[in-house]
Amino acid sequence: MISWLRDLLMPAAGTAYARQVDDLFVFLTGLTLFFFLLIAGLTAWFVVRYRRARGAARGAAVSQHTGLEVAWSVIPLALVIVIFFWGFHGYINAAVPPAEALEIKVTGRKWLWQFEYPNGLRTINELHVPLGKPVKLVMVSEDVIHSFYVPTFRIKQDVLPGKYTQLWFQAAEAGVHRLLCAEYCGTGHSDMLGAIHVQSAEEYAQWLEKGGEGAEAIPAAQLGRLLYTKYGCDACHSLDGSRGEGPSFRGVFGHPVRLADGRTVTADENYLRESIVQPQAKVVAGFQPVMPTFQGLLREREITALIEFIKEQK
Amino acid sequence: MTGRNYLNERRGLWSWLTTRDHKRIGVMYLWSTLLAFFLGGVFALLIRLELLTPGKTVMSADTYNKMFTLHGAVMIFLFIIPSIPAALGNFVLPLLLGAKDVAFPRLNLASYYLYLAGALMALATLAMGGIDTGWTFYTPYSTSTGGAVNLVTLAVFVLGFSSIFTGINFIATVHKLRAPGMSWFRMPLFVWGMYATAVIQILATPVLGITVLLLLMERLLGIGIFDPKLGGDPVLFQHFFWFYSHPAVYIMILPGMAIISEVIPVFSRRPIFGYRAIAFSSVAIAGVSFLVWGHHMFVSGQSVLASAIFSFLTFLVAIPSAVKVFNWVATMYRGSISLQAPMLYAISFLLLFAIGGLTGLFLGALATDVHLHDTYFVVAHFHYVMMGGTVIAFLAGLHYWWPKMFGRMYSERWSRVAAALIFVGFNATFLAQFVMGSRGMPRRYYNYLPEFQPLHILSTAGSWVLALGLLIMAGYLLASLRRRPDAPPNPWGGLTLEWQTGSPPPTHNFERTPRVEGGPYDFHLVSEEAAAGRQR
Amino acid sequence: MSLSGAAAEPHTEQPFLQHHFALPEQQAEASKIGMWLFLVTEILLFGGLFAGYGVMRMLHAEAFHQAHAHLDRALGALNTVVLLVSSFTMAMAVHSARRGERRKLVLFLALTLSLAGVFLGVKYVEYSHKFHDGLLPGRLYAHRGDATAGQFMFFSFYFLMTGLHGLHVAAGMAVIAWLLRRARRGEFSARYYTPVDLTGLYWHLVDMIWIYLFPMLYLIS
Repeated sequence: MISWLRDLLMPAAGTAYARQVDDLFVFLTGLTLFFFLLIAGLTAWFVVRYRRARGAARGAAVSQHTGLEVAWSVIPLALVIVIFFWGFHGYINAAVPPAEALEIKVTGRKWLWQFEYPNGLRTINELHVPLGKPVKLVMVSEDVIHSFYVPTFRIKQDVLPGKYTQLWFQAAEAGVHRLLCAEYCGTGHSDMLGAIHVQSAEEYAQWLEKGGEGAEAIPAAQLGRLLYTKYGCDACHSLDGSRGEGPSFRGVFGHPVRLADGRTVTADENYLRESIVQPQAKVVAGFQPVMPTFQGLLREREITALIEFIKEQK
Repeated sequence: MTGRNYLNERRGLWSWLTTRDHKRIGVMYLWSTLLAFFLGGVFALLIRLELLTPGKTVMSADTYNKMFTLHGAVMIFLFIIPSIPAALGNFVLPLLLGAKDVAFPRLNLASYYLYLAGALMALATLAMGGIDTGWTFYTPYSTSTGGAVNLVTLAVFVLGFSSIFTGINFIATVHKLRAPGMSWFRMPLFVWGMYATAVIQILATPVLGITVLLLLMERLLGIGIFDPKLGGDPVLFQHFFWFYSHPAVYIMILPGMAIISEVIPVFSRRPIFGYRAIAFSSVAIAGVSFLVWGHHMFVSGQSVLASAIFSFLTFLVAIPSAVKVFNWVATMYRGSISLQAPMLYAISFLLLFAIGGLTGLFLGALATDVHLHDTYFVVAHFHYVMMGGTVIAFLAGLHYWWPKMFGRMYSERWSRVAAALIFVGFNATFLAQFVMGSRGMPRRYYNYLPEFQPLHILSTAGSWVLALGLLIMAGYLLASLRRRPDAPPNPWGGLTLEWQTGSPPPTHNFERTPRVEGGPYDFHLVSEEAAAGRQR
Repeated sequence: MSLSGAAAEPHTEQPFLQHHFALPEQQAEASKIGMWLFLVTEILLFGGLFAGYGVMRMLHAEAFHQAHAHLDRALGALNTVVLLVSSFTMAMAVHSARRGERRKLVLFLALTLSLAGVFLGVKYVEYSHKFHDGLLPGRLYAHRGDATAGQFMFFSFYFLMTGLHGLHVAAGMAVIAWLLRRARRGEFSARYYTPVDLTGLYWHLVDMIWIYLFPMLYLIS
């Protein structure tokens, strides 16, 4: 019954801590059901039994009973104190990372997550962590407040501009876990998804070594398509000609582009490359200069792949 | 019962626009807030329509973001906060006290015009590109986004004064205008509830005022207080904002509870159980409500100690509410219960508020809140307390005092149909959202993961049933106005003073100043026949 | 609850007595309660602003300390004295009203009004100096050569706090001018002087807020 309830109401538990939170959650659910049924049951009973049309025995009015008042003040008070400590205990565990935790830096911005690993490697939206080891995230925002939320780990922390916040977890199962932004941040708030890849220690080490995905084996345009969604370009640039925060990629390559400063340029490879690493250099007329730069985030091969992909969009 | 009453004694639009009669002011507030409720409801239906499918359904992401912002702002500032105090409270409070009017009738009219001005300013933003910050206006998003944020902050500032003046009026009225013989503990509990609400209005609303002023100055002048690039602290805004907005939710629920305390004794023909416990609980809630604002900020980056203190205090504020619920249920024991419309809504309140309050425990507990914060679980929780609680109680009060206000009865049969649809539709809409939330569906999400679609479809279907129930309710209430004035002075057999005068009352309320010689719920001292057939 | 009691008393002898009050004392006391409650809201309004100032001052202690040196302590102290005296003249006005002394009431109201005008005049002089030196709030700040950065924020709060206070002084002046007009027409007496009484309360609050503002802004050590 309890596990059925937990599985219905909660997503899978990805850490031992998540299961602890679930225990409290299930307890509270049971408590809620108990008190609700008590209140609803008594109400239903009284309404039926003492319906005005019935001649039920009513007797003298009782409108005051100190004993009852004390009882139904003290018992709930005792219950909530228990709940407080239970909740606090879990919270403290989640708030204090172990000293040996692996530290990964997180930067949130509209509308993507950027991760930087101790060896200098950087990824976007895909966080890779080793299984069974504590990981500490040190987080900051580049613009507005975001929030780092991993439902299967039951953790969440706001990501603030100008001040570091932190979060830690120890993944207990390999696999992919969803990362969601949980503080409203504008148009792309609900597109700011990420994935946490929990890998065995060996796989993780290999992945770090190779500096990311096995990117070399895939043909350029196909890699470009993968990167287009993986790096969040699709949040702003459509492929079907419809207007987003940024211009559509459809039919852009090789054609003239009108810029905000009045100039007209041709969208060749260099233009596309510049727009990826220095997006403010040439802003298209009618659009806001809001694109973040991918300088240092994409390797040359990846930039080339994206350009090839854009060229394909007719 | 035809004859001269406050509705027909003076006629013409000008007599209404310049009135100082608390009853007319209450009626004007009633129509205005109901209009706001309708508008906020339309936004809600559009939101739920968009959420039928994971991607775009009928609107863009930007439009959606404006929808939920406006839904929240309109419902909270233009409907819920003024509704019970300014619409029903204005009408009924002096009558309950045996007074001729509130302490400051001209201030009362000014309150209404401030409300109107603020409302028009807020609605003007619709024509100016709208606002997309969420009703909570968190910085730095709200200081850096475009749209009509400046205008809406001014609107909120003006609306705040409307609220403050209502609070000032009610407190002075309760202190100085009680009928002879009405000691504090002979006052109806509705009055205690309105008094506690007024205390919060006076102490909390000015902080909202300064908060929006600072936000406006930050946007206009870059004063620096909330902008990290200028050395400010964006989380400071949250402290300012919630210092008002948490007590504000008690401005919303205390009046609702106050109505329930009136309705249950009358429709159970029993004195209220635990009069003093309920009265003191109202005051306790008002007091403790100022100490818990940080429970909205457990993951904001505030210190662990602060979070612990706020969590503990949050649990304390739950106790008086629980006490009230038990007292209400106990009132029905050995009563003589009639399930007319006001009582149907009162019972709905008991069930729905219980769920809302109990789910608050999940959010007050630190470990679970971290998971549930900013998910649909929170959305469901506050809709259960604000809509299942306050709005349902408002409807109970509306149905209870409708004959008194307009001199007409409404269709009992249609009221049952509507109440049933509203109850079923509400639960279908929002129970699903608890599950969505605990399963990890964040709030304010335009797109969502496909696994949540079935629950969203259920929730949207529920919203249509709920809307249907409310429309039917609007229908029979409006239809009742076209009847002959057929309401007796005391259709429900109540013992409080408003039932000792005509339905509708004369402009001066009472032919003779009442003298009070007993409590407001002394059903045990009054025989059944006398109570049921009470006519003056 | 039963219904009995005398019919309403005629209010013709007491034209200032509103219809819903039975006795003048009742009305006066209700009005006082109303004004006290309004003053509480003002305290919370300014209190919130002071709290914001306090937080920013803690975070930028050095910048605030340096910035405040630009303020003229002499003028600030003068204004403090001016407001304190105006509170005294206002209290004397209420006292005169209570004793039905119309000419003294008019005199003290006029004095209070003048002193308030002096206050605003001094503030105008101070503001002119600030404008001249580019010591302006937020992004309007144009002063150069600051040893510590961030001094603009001090001026953000300086103008916000003294500006909001100044608006309250100006509003108070408008009300006092209106009282003066009514007083000269003999509308107040020992039996009815509630508007004077209430305005006196308001004025004392305005004074008190300045008493807090002055050290907070001018006397940072």
